[in-house]
Amino acid sequence: MSDISETLVKQVSSAFKQSTPLKIIAGGSKAFIGREAQGEPLNVSEHKGIVSYHPSELVMTARCGTSMTEIQQTLAENGQYCPFESALFDGAATLGGTLATNLSGPARPWNGSIRDAVIGTRLINGKGEYLKFGGQVMKNVAGYDVSRLQAGALGTLGVITEISFKVLPLPAASGTVVLAMNASEAIKLMNQVSAKAVPVSGSAWLDGNLYLRYSGATKAVDSALKQFKTKNFQQLEPQQADEFWSAMNEQKLDFFKGEAPLWRFSLKSNATHLLDDQNWLIDWGGAQRWLRGDFNQSELEQQAQHSGGQVSLFRYGERSNEVNHTLSEVQKKIHKNLKASFDPKQILNPGRLYSWL
Amino acid sequence: MNQNTKISKVQLAEAIVQIVGAQNLIIDEETQKPYECDGLSVYCEMPLLVVLPDNKEQVQAVMVLCHQQGVPVVARGTGTGLCAGAMPDKDGIILSLAKLSRILEIDPEARTARLEPGVRNLAISEAASEFGLYYAPDPSSQIACTIGGNVAENSGGVHCLKYGLTVHNILALEVITVTGEVLQVGGSGLDNAGYDLMALMIGSEGLLGVVTEISVKLLPQPEKAQVVMAAFDDVQKAGNAVTAVISEGIIPAGLEMMDSHAIVAAEDFAKAGYPTEAKALLLCEVDGSLEEVQEHIQSVEKLFFEQGAFSCKKSGSEAERAQLWKGRKSAFPAVGRISPDYYCMDGTIPRSQLAHVLLEIDKMSDAYGLRVANVFHAGDGNLHPLILFDANVPGELEKTEEFGAKILELSVDVGGCITGEHGVGKEKIRQMHKQFNDTELTQFHAIKYAFDPLALLNPGKGIPELKRCQEYRSIDSAAE
Repeated sequence: MSDISETLVKQVSSAFKQSTPLKIIAGGSKAFIGREAQGEPLNVSEHKGIVSYHPSELVMTARCGTSMTEIQQTLAENGQYCPFESALFDGAATLGGTLATNLSGPARPWNGSIRDAVIGTRLINGKGEYLKFGGQVMKNVAGYDVSRLQAGALGTLGVITEISFKVLPLPAASGTVVLAMNASEAIKLMNQVSAKAVPVSGSAWLDGNLYLRYSGATKAVDSALKQFKTKNFQQLEPQQADEFWSAMNEQKLDFFKGEAPLWRFSLKSNATHLLDDQNWLIDWGGAQRWLRGDFNQSELEQQAQHSGGQVSLFRYGERSNEVNHTLSEVQKKIHKNLKASFDPKQILNPGRLYSWL
Repeated sequence: MNQNTKISKVQLAEAIVQIVGAQNLIIDEETQKPYECDGLSVYCEMPLLVVLPDNKEQVQAVMVLCHQQGVPVVARGTGTGLCAGAMPDKDGIILSLAKLSRILEIDPEARTARLEPGVRNLAISEAASEFGLYYAPDPSSQIACTIGGNVAENSGGVHCLKYGLTVHNILALEVITVTGEVLQVGGSGLDNAGYDLMALMIGSEGLLGVVTEISVKLLPQPEKAQVVMAAFDDVQKAGNAVTAVISEGIIPAGLEMMDSHAIVAAEDFAKAGYPTEAKALLLCEVDGSLEEVQEHIQSVEKLFFEQGAFSCKKSGSEAERAQLWKGRKSAFPAVGRISPDYYCMDGTIPRSQLAHVLLEIDKMSDAYGLRVANVFHAGDGNLHPLILFDANVPGELEKTEEFGAKILELSVDVGGCITGEHGVGKEKIRQMHKQFNDTELTQFHAIKYAFDPLALLNPGKGIPELKRCQEYRSIDSAAE
């Protein structure tokens, strides 16, 4: 547990004065995300520790370098968890990196992302100014929501040093069923399941199988699982289920092995299944779809847009070009203006999100 | 006239008629009068013109014109806001989006709805109900308030502990920028590349752009909802009971508290069956599947008794549930009956600070000689003290505002904030410097500049000018 914010502020201030680009790093677990970017390393991993946690307030505040594993363990000791279930990456994932990349686990459509959970941040902007936004209360509409703006910004708007976020009680029970079907059938059923008042908390399709997870009150989970009795299904043992969801979340399934480009589609949940002959993993009740292989990026973008969504080159492949979905001219202009408002000399992770940012 | 404005009122009116037609422009003061304020009527101003476009192309053309001519634009829905956020600018136009009120599409399978900004909040759930779906955020004004206004203010409601605020329930926005360009924010998927402009737009009080289309998430209607009412002879006990419920691992759909003044006023008004001798009343609603509700409602009742409730009542039917909520939902008008005027505050506090804050408010109430009724979204710490006053008594409004400001400052001091769901607007602009320092406010101005460099969108709201901030500080320190 250590507070090195003063040092960090000094480092950013001096980089600002000398116009030195900085590359922000902590656990390094998600270095593969975004574009390859150059800069002097700014290591924030020593800025760590849980600053405050009162279980009955459902809020935790921790420094950016705190490992997600430590956070999860502390919460679990109190019967709580991070509803966004972000990946732990063998213990290397930190809270700051998790917010900067806005990665979420299988319950994202029902429980929200870290972006939804965050209620306050401290951050150092590109001028070396130490700022505080939001707080430790769930409802706060004073000023612009700068805390949530950091989600997915890959550190290009500020060095996030401290985060307050909402936590939830651990569900009393959980159960997973597996049903054999093709992708199109799975997408249909995923959407039907989500439209019912049942506590679904995971819904993914891989290799001809739909995995459905329910979490919540014991009786509610039992009753949700019971409805599959008549259908051809298999209920996973609790450990088997945990292993599957965790391996998917941590990207350790066979699907994620090898160095073929990994594409991430973010689509309307009921969008028609694309490129049927390709290798897909469908998650988030149909709203997030992973594809492996070499493809023409602009062709994929067109397909994604046609389905009301976006695609990014999440991992592997050529990372010196753009990897994130192309923005419109108006979006680009606003992005550049916003970047300038936080980081006028473009010293924070320049080029990590887009080459022009 | 505004220093940027390059055009006279008559010239502007002529140009706007070309865009929206004479029937969609209000020039005369008498017809403009209803637009002089929003739900916080102590702040009034007359606009130059009121413009009511029929469609987004007209909105776009009006924005281009106003930008070219340097005319301020204040967007407005039905004006139910409570922070003078829609108060006109005397040199600018009111851009009413009330006529953009179509539900464009409901996709029951993907559980989404595409809406124009003038659609009323409740109308969304009404339209979605045939598919067994609804829109979760439910501000008290949901019969009248529009989804556009909800986006501008990041509205909450009694169910936001479990279902989140507006910011958690929106998928996409179409925004017209100050220069009249179309900015797409969000999309049909859950996450989008680039900055989370959605988070920035929601709750930005019309300072960054004009929203012309909104896609919302719809949720399946719960199978069942049931409410437990518990009466306590002590506020601290009620506060502990709230903590006990959360600690048990239950997230209620709604968890509301009222103090004795609010209980008496609400019971007198709504005849909801509230025990008027109680010092604090809790209403706890649990929803979900039949089994889930059954399991949780038993635990909640047991916990309330353990924490010292002297009476508990469970709703046995939908009618009884509605009856129990009726008192709470009519608490504001009920308080309005026991006083000529009331002023509603909106601070948020960590729940653990509740007893302390209520005690301090009591002390201030005595010092100012003004009664206060407290209504509290207990689950998420959003406190609404209603200060009772009489605007006809000279000086009483000023005294009330000062009292209100002190409550907000107290909220910040205990680790909370000055506004949980009503917004800053014109009303709380002075308290912004209590919550943020000059560097932070400068960052806010820089964000504003990224969208609206001429500061034509809703000027004078949301973020205080720094010079004024300093002036207020010196006044405040001179007064201490």
